[in-house]
Amino acid sequence: MLTVENIDVHRGKTHVLHQIDLHVGHGEIIALIGANGAGKTTTLKTISGLLRPTKGKILYTPEAGKAPIDISTMAPEQIVGAGISQCPEGRGVFAQLSVKENLLVGAYLRSDKEIEKDIQSVYEMFPILGERSTQAAGKLSGGQQMMLALGRSLMSQPKLLILDEPSLGLAPLIIETIFAMLQKINSQGVTILIVEQNAVMALDLSHRAYVLETGRVALSGLSSDLASNPQIQKSYLGVE
Amino acid sequence: MEMNRPRYSLAIMIISLTVFSFLIENMANDYILAIVCFTGINIVLAVSLNLTNGFTGLFSLGHPAFMAVGGYITALLTFPAEKKPLFLPDFPQWLDSFHLPFFPALLVGGCGAAFVAFLVGISVLRLKGHYLAVATMGFIIIIQVLLNNADTITRGPLGLNGLEDFTNTYWVSGWVIVTVYICWKIKFSSLGRSMLAVREDEMAANALGVNLFSTRSFALIVGAFFAGIAGGLWGHLITALTPGSFSLLMSFNIIVMVVVGGTGSITGSVLAAIIFTLTIECFRPLEENFGIYGVGEIVMALFLVLVLIFKPSGIFGTEEPDFVMGKHKP
Repeated sequence: MLTVENIDVHRGKTHVLHQIDLHVGHGEIIALIGANGAGKTTTLKTISGLLRPTKGKILYTPEAGKAPIDISTMAPEQIVGAGISQCPEGRGVFAQLSVKENLLVGAYLRSDKEIEKDIQSVYEMFPILGERSTQAAGKLSGGQQMMLALGRSLMSQPKLLILDEPSLGLAPLIIETIFAMLQKINSQGVTILIVEQNAVMALDLSHRAYVLETGRVALSGLSSDLASNPQIQKSYLGVE
Repeated sequence: MEMNRPRYSLAIMIISLTVFSFLIENMANDYILAIVCFTGINIVLAVSLNLTNGFTGLFSLGHPAFMAVGGYITALLTFPAEKKPLFLPDFPQWLDSFHLPFFPALLVGGCGAAFVAFLVGISVLRLKGHYLAVATMGFIIIIQVLLNNADTITRGPLGLNGLEDFTNTYWVSGWVIVTVYICWKIKFSSLGRSMLAVREDEMAANALGVNLFSTRSFALIVGAFFAGIAGGLWGHLITALTPGSFSLLMSFNIIVMVVVGGTGSITGSVLAAIIFTLTIECFRPLEENFGIYGVGEIVMALFLVLVLIFKPSGIFGTEEPDFVMGKHKP
């Protein structure tokens, strides 16, 4: 579905990503793990068009069997239109807008009649959002804001959902709810690419994972294999 | 029923403004008429600046410059042909043939201002926050210098005077209604939500498919269009235009109205524009009789300080109040 080929990304003069290669298959959940500053967020931002690679290609195949398109030169709104939606780090809800308005902004590029139905299905997924639909998003708790951010990024009907640290600053119980929901979203056919500090949960959720270290892919493989890899256990899972 | 509340509010506004214009045009003296027109023009300015500064969060100080562009274009298009040889002896011949009635001239003025905003936006909208404020401030200075030096067309610092007094309460009320209606429609559309989204978190808005640059340009251009219209109305109200009128002070006054009313609230801008114009006007007799000039400004500044301390988000914040919206919020 998504193949990142040898991309180099600079932020200002800093060379952040060195020849990153990633592959995301249809229907998979892929995790990107790594320490602070390893380049996880940069990778995601490059995929969604918020940053430009200086070298390399990002090939995206919306549906299996179709010809891939290079999205590395496309504008963010074109990429969203093509079916890639990103749920940004730190949630980024629009604090002064109501919950419903936040969801409507998520459907900004759509003009079909299904929008109202999709809003209802987000409310079904997270009933608390339905109860508080007219309240300002800034008044929600951190966990509810995360649910809103997730619901909002689903409003563009993505085929590939990109999540940047959905567990950031949330209570363990809420993280579990969110991750269970991600599992469910995936089972409905949405491919997921997730960046996580919480490596235990990320490896548990995902099918495959990539480990980034200082802007390079250090390791990759099946999540279950990585979880039992002694090196990973020591560095990321806190197992001695 | 509840959903139609804004429509009723609009209907009430149109009817009451029409009746009010009719009554005041027939009963009041020139002084009161002028104050009413100034109030209306300030409403147009505050509501349109709210679209740029309030909804989209672009801290633009350039509103007076767009007013100047619109004002001068309108004035030159409606300038009586028989007065031209006297006032503008060096006026270029080829421009003489352009002569329009007031309404089309206003529209052309507004579009001229919008076009200038488009050109300025291409370079200036790459900046944010304070940097944008400083750049738009520079734009006011550029326009003033241009107006001062293009004296074959603008008569330089002397200014264009002897304009026809076309502006009356009907014109002003009409434009108030149009401005409020259009800004209202924008606010409660997908486009308006995307503008607010850009203000709240531009990264998230961008990630959801909102094109930052075109949203910002749109806000600046629409704001500039109404500023141009207000400039035309203003020029034909006081029948004179001088480059010095469109200063940073004017920009400050409009921004105060937006901030006090609430950044993003149309009702707030309208109320704040009315309060401020009338307050300053009320203190005028006091200033003239006792020779203490500037009391109006001091009171206005005090009021601003108090609002910023006790209600930092302005009278209504980003919301429209219940008496306009009804209880049912989208």
